[in-house]
Amino acid sequence: MRRRTPAGLVEAEPGPAHHIEFDGRAVPALPGQSIAAALWADGVLAWRTTRVGGKPRGAFCGIGACFDCLAVVDGRPNQRTCLLPAEPGTTVTTQEGHGRADLAV
Amino acid sequence: MLKTERPPLDLVVVGAGVVGAACAYYAARAGLAVAVVDRGPVAGGTTGAGEGNLLVSDKEPGPELDLALLSTRLWRELAEDLGGDLGAAVEYEPKGGVVVASTAAGQEALRAFAAGQRAVGVVAEEVPGERLRELEPHLAPGLAGGFHYPQDAQVQPALAAAHLLRAARRMGAELITGETVTAVDRGPDGAVRGVRTDRRRLAAPAVVNAAGTWGGELAALAGVHLPVMPRRGFVLVTEPLPRVVRHKVYAADYVANVASGSAGLETSAVIEGTPGGPVLIGASRERVGFDRTLSQEVLRRLAVQAAELFPVLAEVAVMRVYRGFRPYLPDHLPAIGADPRVAGLYHACGHEGAGIGLAPATGLLISEQLTGKQPEQDLTPFRADRFPAG
Amino acid sequence: MPTSPSEAHDSSAFDLAVVGAGPAGLAAAVTAADLGLRCVLLDGGPSTGGQYYRHPAPGLGAARPDRLHHHWSAYTGLAERLAAHEGAGRAAFRGGHQVWALERTGDGFAVHVTRGPESTDRATVRARSVLLATGAYERQLPFPGWTLPGVVTAGGAQAMLKAGLVLPGRRIVVAGSGPLLLAAASSLVTAGAEVPAVVEATAYLGYARRPGVLASVPGKLVEGAGHGGALLRHGVRLRPRSAVVEAHGTDRVTGVTVARLDADWRPVPGTERRIDCDALAVGHGLLPQIDLATELGARTRTGPDGAVALEVDARLRTSVPGLWSAGETNGVGGADLALAEGELAAHAVAGALPTAPLLRRRARLRAFAELMAAAHRPGPGWTGWLRPDTDVCRCEEVPVSAVREAVDELGAGDPRTVKLLTRAGMGWCQGRMCGPAVACLAGSVVASGPDRRPLGCPVPLSQLAAGPSAEFDDRP
Repeated sequence: MRRRTPAGLVEAEPGPAHHIEFDGRAVPALPGQSIAAALWADGVLAWRTTRVGGKPRGAFCGIGACFDCLAVVDGRPNQRTCLLPAEPGTTVTTQEGHGRADLAV
Repeated sequence: MLKTERPPLDLVVVGAGVVGAACAYYAARAGLAVAVVDRGPVAGGTTGAGEGNLLVSDKEPGPELDLALLSTRLWRELAEDLGGDLGAAVEYEPKGGVVVASTAAGQEALRAFAAGQRAVGVVAEEVPGERLRELEPHLAPGLAGGFHYPQDAQVQPALAAAHLLRAARRMGAELITGETVTAVDRGPDGAVRGVRTDRRRLAAPAVVNAAGTWGGELAALAGVHLPVMPRRGFVLVTEPLPRVVRHKVYAADYVANVASGSAGLETSAVIEGTPGGPVLIGASRERVGFDRTLSQEVLRRLAVQAAELFPVLAEVAVMRVYRGFRPYLPDHLPAIGADPRVAGLYHACGHEGAGIGLAPATGLLISEQLTGKQPEQDLTPFRADRFPAG
Repeated sequence: MPTSPSEAHDSSAFDLAVVGAGPAGLAAAVTAADLGLRCVLLDGGPSTGGQYYRHPAPGLGAARPDRLHHHWSAYTGLAERLAAHEGAGRAAFRGGHQVWALERTGDGFAVHVTRGPESTDRATVRARSVLLATGAYERQLPFPGWTLPGVVTAGGAQAMLKAGLVLPGRRIVVAGSGPLLLAAASSLVTAGAEVPAVVEATAYLGYARRPGVLASVPGKLVEGAGHGGALLRHGVRLRPRSAVVEAHGTDRVTGVTVARLDADWRPVPGTERRIDCDALAVGHGLLPQIDLATELGARTRTGPDGAVALEVDARLRTSVPGLWSAGETNGVGGADLALAEGELAAHAVAGALPTAPLLRRRARLRAFAELMAAAHRPGPGWTGWLRPDTDVCRCEEVPVSAVREAVDELGAGDPRTVKLLTRAGMGWCQGRMCGPAVACLAGSVVASGPDRRPLGCPVPLSQLAAGPSAEFDDRP
């Protein structure tokens, strides 16, 4: 029996996969997926470290309410990856703390 | 003495904001038995909505600046004395202030202002425009100049109030929150005998009115007139950032706005970082009673002015807005000390936007009065009976 | 549709702005347009549907999105009617519009919107009336390990599945309390995940003891039976009166400890057992998302589940003139109730009389919601599974010990003071995740009312500086 999958369940026939870049490597993404979804599909659950304890975090609430899924997207920190679409060529970088170290004086 | 029997109180402080906390702390330190009562929680009023400015830079020579200079010294001592870690616990930062002018005329005005301040002990160092960014690398280019005030400092106001109260409690003071004072009791001779709350009676020969914006009502309960009114302010709070602003930085027109008698909206950005991460952007002043409505115009002006001073802030997010009501009196000086009209009634309110900074001096001077000492600063300018009734 | 300045002036105010395009908002917008109101429907997401009808983006080519939803046809029907109204210029849907404040103006409201990070991403929508249909977010109660990657909210797991067709792991424990757990577990197993256990803190269908109410809501029974059937078929073990008291792992979750709870939700010592898993989906019901209304001073009520909801009258008016509310914002009650309330509120805004069956339906569903809410109110003993170093506030990483110090030593007796003294609730999410826990740990010495969030979401400073747009922004 074919393994059940989310795509199989809804009989999805997605458009061709493209790639986003995550910490310098290519991660496949399907058209219409959020960045967080593409990362989950690739087995990645964490793409941020916390400001105080340096602990890994990723998507938690999945609906834009908790802000745990923040990452640096196309050079801009503090982007909610559960809301942002994974566009072809989107670059995502693990966010360290506040993500604004370049501003420190 | 039976353990269950409370020793008689020497003093009831009404208000658990930073001013009430400082009054309780210094009174307890002087050996008085103190109870602090507040209708809300600790730091529930103006204190909880403030930025924690300990400023000398914005004050012209006069009684308030004297008070600020005394407080500056006291805050430093508090930060050092109280068990060593109090300074860190209340996020005390002697970071200094930088006042900037966009035009040569503005810088000239600052120069004249600073000259007067220096004469009474304020340290003010002129900074030419081209050197401002050595102090504050993210400042906008092209400013005419500024002044550096190393005595300006900062605390986290709610923590300051809570830790002063904790220290007072460790010296025996009692804290009662969530009880509203409904009456100030007076004896046949007119002297204060204590207060009643919605739940109990607290007998004491002295009552300190540290009720902030509610100070006028409390004074009325004691039978005296004190025209404390609210002046609304908003503070923008950004996302957590590394240190992008080193000092308290504000534009020269802030000084004029603080002293202004205008009822209309005045804004002049005061910008500072915090150990917690967010940058705080104040400060607006307007007289609209206790209206809590979020004002889009205030948000806009504060944001514009912040981005003018620190263009880097334009790209960060504002997460939250504080709003609060500064308690002010018509001449913009607080009411501090014994009320000549009612024996046993003391005032410690009406500090407007400077209550965090002026709290220790207020508390110390009142405790000196309470214990029969000569206060180290003349309290005459702060007398509560200086306003004609109604 | 580009707008010339003169047209912009003419179209500067809608009759009604509906905030939130989930079941309530969608039903309201369509009904309002039916009744002749010129209506704009705003949502932060890219398409209509909200969380309940969240569905794959077109690019994913899902032929059967209905398999992730009950009553999918209810959604498609509304979406088609909305499209027809849009085509006729009677209604407009604007996705990617996150509302951060409602401002009362002389003749209605200015709805302040952010659409992205740039200063030009600000929009101001003007409308004579506003209908709030902003739904809910999940209530969380912290436990040791809840910040580990792989621990996600039950609704989050569902949302990521419905929209992105992805799962957080292969073996997913579902835990917490409330009817959403069954729905989430059912979706997850149907989509191929192994669900070793559904861990429910209450004794389960406590509301089933009131058969009169249940029988009057057959749709709910069918839905519950559907979930139950799927779970049975896949051999999912249901564990009532239990909770996940710890998640294990270092960089991601590798297992959980489940313990029995007493009637107060206190973990019973000696009942702990470990379940291996690579993900945990957890939640304790939903909390109404009402910041935009409370900021305007709208009156609230505390529901039987302990959640603060808007107080509305029989016609779903809030206490703020011109502001209506429908669906979860009036107390969490599910999609059917949201649909009914959306329709009802639209009638009220339009000054039209609703039909008697609609009124009865809404009353019945609301009664059922109150019953369910009472059954899933968290017991006070849950704090028994906390440890001093458990982070209460995920954003600011504030541990239990700091909150307890603020309460015991610094005189904080309410959530706001705890926040001021510890930073719990001051981070990016503004206390949405830690709020219930902080309130519980703070006790309630001083009544503090609903949380106040002047900004409904973070707003770029450049957009605040730009100020409200002078005229209606009509870019698609």
